[in-house]
Amino acid sequence: MTITRRRILRGAAGGLAATVALPLLDCMLNTNGTALASGAPMPLRFGTWFWGCGMNPSRWNPKATGADYEITPELKPIEAIRAHVTVLSKFDVLLDGKSNFVHSSGNLGIRTGQAPAQADQNELPTIDVLIADAIGGTTRFRSLELTASGNPRHSYSRRSTSIVNPSEGSPVAFYTRLFGPDFKDPNAADFKPDPAVILRRSVLSSVSDDRARLAAKVGAGDRARLDEYFTSVRQLEQQLELQLQKPPPAEACVMPKKTVDGPVGQDIEVSTANHKLLTGLLAMALACNQTKVFNMVFSDSASSLTKAGTDKTHHTLTHEELADPQLDYQPQATWFGARSLEAWADFVSILAAVKEADGTLLDNCLVLAHSDTSFAKTHDVLGIPIMLAGRAGGRVKTGLHVAGNGEPVTRVGLTLQQVMGLPIDRWGMGAMQTAKPVSEILV
Amino acid sequence: MSRLLASCRVLAAVALALSLAGCGPREPETAGRPLTVQRLTEKQYRQITADVFGDDIRVVGRFEPVVRKDGLIAVGTNAATVTPSGFEQFDSMARNIVAQLFEEGRRDRTVACKPPAVNAPDDACAGLVLAKYGRLLFRRPLSPDELKARVAVAHDASMASGDFYHGLALALATELEMPEFLFRIDSAESDPDHPGNMRLDAYSKASRLSFLLWNTAPDDELLTAAEKGDLNSERGLKRQVDRLLASPRLEAGIRAFFTDMLAFDGFETLAKDAMIYPDFNATVAADAQEQTLRTITDLLVARQGDYRDLFTTRRIFMDRVLGPIYYVPVVPKHGWAPYEFAEGDPRAGLLSQVSFTALYAHPGQSSPTLRGKAVREIFLCQKVPAPPANVNFAVAQDTSNPDYKTARARLTAHRTNPTCAGCHRIMDPIGLALENFDGIGAFRAQENGTAIDTSGELDGVHFANAKDLGQAIHDNPAAASCLVDTLYKYAGGQAPAKGDRDWMRWLNDRFAANGYRVPALLRTLALSHGFYGVAEPGKASGISSATLRLEDQR
Repeated sequence: MTITRRRILRGAAGGLAATVALPLLDCMLNTNGTALASGAPMPLRFGTWFWGCGMNPSRWNPKATGADYEITPELKPIEAIRAHVTVLSKFDVLLDGKSNFVHSSGNLGIRTGQAPAQADQNELPTIDVLIADAIGGTTRFRSLELTASGNPRHSYSRRSTSIVNPSEGSPVAFYTRLFGPDFKDPNAADFKPDPAVILRRSVLSSVSDDRARLAAKVGAGDRARLDEYFTSVRQLEQQLELQLQKPPPAEACVMPKKTVDGPVGQDIEVSTANHKLLTGLLAMALACNQTKVFNMVFSDSASSLTKAGTDKTHHTLTHEELADPQLDYQPQATWFGARSLEAWADFVSILAAVKEADGTLLDNCLVLAHSDTSFAKTHDVLGIPIMLAGRAGGRVKTGLHVAGNGEPVTRVGLTLQQVMGLPIDRWGMGAMQTAKPVSEILV
Repeated sequence: MSRLLASCRVLAAVALALSLAGCGPREPETAGRPLTVQRLTEKQYRQITADVFGDDIRVVGRFEPVVRKDGLIAVGTNAATVTPSGFEQFDSMARNIVAQLFEEGRRDRTVACKPPAVNAPDDACAGLVLAKYGRLLFRRPLSPDELKARVAVAHDASMASGDFYHGLALALATELEMPEFLFRIDSAESDPDHPGNMRLDAYSKASRLSFLLWNTAPDDELLTAAEKGDLNSERGLKRQVDRLLASPRLEAGIRAFFTDMLAFDGFETLAKDAMIYPDFNATVAADAQEQTLRTITDLLVARQGDYRDLFTTRRIFMDRVLGPIYYVPVVPKHGWAPYEFAEGDPRAGLLSQVSFTALYAHPGQSSPTLRGKAVREIFLCQKVPAPPANVNFAVAQDTSNPDYKTARARLTAHRTNPTCAGCHRIMDPIGLALENFDGIGAFRAQENGTAIDTSGELDGVHFANAKDLGQAIHDNPAAASCLVDTLYKYAGGQAPAKGDRDWMRWLNDRFAANGYRVPALLRTLALSHGFYGVAEPGKASGISSATLRLEDQR
């Protein structure tokens, strides 16, 4: 059914040649692979990757800093990809006298630069939203949110408490959204604006006709909510507008094969498999320039991951499991932590396997991975584990360990925003405000 | 004997006097509540499109995740908005619905008029169609300007595509995407009965009634009543309220309310460990909700029973999916049959049903704490504070420790920690009474080979087991007042004003006087004046915007 409709649409749009992808020749690129020879830079992407329930600081944090740090027991899963990753330890979320709202203060502290005054309340937008506002306007999707758990509520991409960008957890739904009938192959030989899209765009613009009259009717709070609705309408209009322009070629873009949904759930094997499927599709969404900003939730804040046949979730284990006296840590809870890091290694490897220019897709990304706590048993928000991946088009170094030694974690967020080109010189609120980027990673 | 008789006579006289006075004590004045802007829920969207276009229309798409605020999704809709990806979905759903409406063979039902030419615009016919559906979707007639704008969209699109129907379809799709459809935007007007005060206008009133009682948009008759001004007269309002209450569709309204109150959306993502609970699956989850909703509507609507009996009723409904979990033989191969637990059965009331015990449990074990918290918050409206961040659970949570074989033993040890004791003392005794029901609600007498002790205490009332707990909640005054509070929040999308204590007390008294019957409570609320009162933060601007709206309509 879909195929038929696509064929018809393509037929209408101008013939059969449209389906053949043209590889971008290397001679069209500059020497370091970060820009086209014409001077137009390769697109730079930003993403986040989240896992719940942290780690054991004494087994996770490396001692030495710089490139020659030792791989600690809990960093074992990233050994093979260490060249792509920078480990940031001992950067703190400062609560500024507010309560430690379990599994929410740490996560929101890192993402918004401010510890929340109430559990799960976003007073400020998350960092991905700030970055998407700055760079997300030129792609079909401002940002894409994904969750391995399949639960759309597992999303930490938020403009405010009530404006949460829902996560997609089904590979089929994600595929259809990205590569369904509305997808325009950037490497298609010829391009003709689709008259149906022209019509849709002009019809859609009429939805906002009565915006001013409506705004006059409601109070300030509701006006802001309606504004958000109209912004969403506008964004769809922009999506349609972009579909009417010939997209810039994307060398690495290969339309992925149609996928099938596997089982969905919090069982770690199920989540791990779903995560790989979704990441593969995300890599192509990025390579095909469908978005520049993405968010992946591997497990939720207060990880509800389970292991078949055991009665406790990852989260419950972090609180209830006794530390093994010989090992001096909680073996089952720690096992979930290791599996989470393996999934992160999968994620990085999948992006690094896509060749783009003379580097990889990952080289033109900057990905922030972090958790909601360091030691989950006590909900510790000091030294929450953070990793960065990707060289941001040559703007940052990778393969390092940087220790924050109690400095506010907002230094990381500030650095990321500056690398992504946001014109800011400080970030964070109260005790977390900082003007000091993590210069060790800057090129 | 004679004394008893005498007091009976007095009671009868009082009852007579009350009935002569009409509805008992007069309704106290209220300050009114701010206007609301509520986003439609998924269920409402689906129901409205089925009502307006036919229930064979498929709605395919993902809805925005719900926002739960102050315990209810209904309150969350008053804070929710539409995100970019959410709008993308609404756009695709709208186009998909309209495509079905304009399919060959269906089109003539959608479009009652015939254009003179199919390849050119026809404003008259487009206007008829867009006005008809627009009124049902926006829950009010379109203003002349609004209609003109929609017709213009159809005109231009028909022109551009050379197809009347295609242009009309695109214009109709916009009605399904506009904020006037996706949000319930309340409007106010000045209240002639209380000069200087504001009230909801007739259409907003109609919407509020219809969403409360049927969980869908007003039907044609209710909109017509609003149009004629009937809803502003006591008689006219009564006629409509009684019509809605008498309809079989009331059941949908009651179901929607309890689905929200009981947080059944949690089932969407509820997972149980397949090795520990091989009997649990998606069908069990769906049927467990259905079982509870059937119990509720049977008692409250069909039998016009006392709300508090939900906590003690032995009457339930069974199907072959749930029978094995309850160890109950089920006769019909398909569908549901009423079932009554024996007098001595440990099960009675909602709290012993799978929909409660499975939802408030961990994937691989029961949870007295989650269950106790849910009872306090959902049924007694008592907020349990969040746990402190730095808690040591390990000492008491070792299930292999021979001293702590049951959850009671483990939690008792946990409660020795003074920081934890305060809250656990109010949650655990309730939850421990339900420990006979495991993580999916199946009965067990023992945990780890040790008999389960289900005794405890709720606000001074001692109980021996789950059944007694149900009775204690039944008798607890907080249960009825919590229902009134929750229903008020659900109906208006916000909590009652702090200054409206007298009014809330009046509502509670009416509920009690009517035998704690929920349909009667709905009727009291729907016929009250306070339910439609409007207070705006900046009252002056409220009046001017409402006046504007009135002028628009003239």
